[in-house]
Amino acid sequence: MKARIHLLLGSLSAALVAFVLTSPRVIAADKVDPVADAKAFQNFFFQKFPNVKHEDFVNGPYSMNEDMKRQWQEKEEFPPYEFALDAGKEMFATPFKNGKTYADCFPNGGIGIRQNYPYFDEKEGKVVTLELALNRCREANGEVPYSYVKDEMASLTAYMAYTSRGKLMDIKIPDDPRALAAFENGKRYFYTRRGQMNFSCASCHVQSPGERIRAEILAPALGILNAMPIYRSEWSGMGTTSRRFVTCNSQTRAVPLEPQADEYRDVEYFLSYVANGLPISGPGARP
Amino acid sequence: MKRSLLLAMLLTLSLAPSARAANEADYKAAYAAAEVASKEAAGMRNQWTVTVSALAAAKKAADGGDFDRATAAAKEAEALAKASIFQATSEKDAWKAMEIR
Repeated sequence: MKARIHLLLGSLSAALVAFVLTSPRVIAADKVDPVADAKAFQNFFFQKFPNVKHEDFVNGPYSMNEDMKRQWQEKEEFPPYEFALDAGKEMFATPFKNGKTYADCFPNGGIGIRQNYPYFDEKEGKVVTLELALNRCREANGEVPYSYVKDEMASLTAYMAYTSRGKLMDIKIPDDPRALAAFENGKRYFYTRRGQMNFSCASCHVQSPGERIRAEILAPALGILNAMPIYRSEWSGMGTTSRRFVTCNSQTRAVPLEPQADEYRDVEYFLSYVANGLPISGPGARP
Repeated sequence: MKRSLLLAMLLTLSLAPSARAANEADYKAAYAAAEVASKEAAGMRNQWTVTVSALAAAKKAADGGDFDRATAAAKEAEALAKASIFQATSEKDAWKAMEIR
């Protein structure tokens, strides 16, 4: 009888020890940890492409293919985004009807700040992107907001990115459960399959960067937003981050969300945060 | 001979109901079912472009009086919408399998 009790107690203790040892891991796996996520994300790409310089990932497909890189470097002598850049510079300096300018809406007069966007606005409890901040600036000064996917917005963000070139992406996640939730929501959006093609963002930009999809070479997800906005030969024009997300969704045969939907803002937050430490290279040019 | 004729007649009669042309009521029922599924998919933020196209094709065919084509397109739209609902439901957890850790 005693032996039985000892056996039972022994088994119970072993089960308890096993439970105690395994439970923290289960909790840790579900905990939102942006620092660990960013480290794992960057390591994945650094290990997958050991010959690519870390700062080169922001150049998208050109970091994956030497021939394309040479062509792009030659094209950069007369870059196709130059007209948008000039237009953006002029628009940025032109006062609104009330005499104020964009510079009045941003820290440091809007110069050299691209690397800090998007940010989490603790007052609003949501992610604020640069495109959203620009339109809010317009509205606050009595102007009509621009389309998020068309030329004016691309020109303005092109100029702001240009003044920030070389600065390292520096996205902050405040100690606020809503900010962590936004990061997690962006991550979920990035990895979730959608559309009739059953593709997630990661299907192309994590699983297959450097591979061809028809005539194009897929860009790595790491640093993919550092080059925004971009001139795309396919579009015969400039495109904003919003346009990029909308187009990606359409290509998978998913009905795109409205530009600056919470999901898009959150996925921009996630992708920008995991690219922290990589330089801003926008505006970019892509095939 | 008589028996074969009888069998052939029975076969024709048994197939006849399924081979009849779709009418407006069939189309309306199929379209309503497709619309319900499509709205559910849109509510899950996971509408597919092909569902929207199939619904539009159904409506266009019905407007032109071609209820056969309209009903077929509406049924296709419903199937696509249901597939997108299945995708959204399964991806609620499945996305984690793709995550870089």
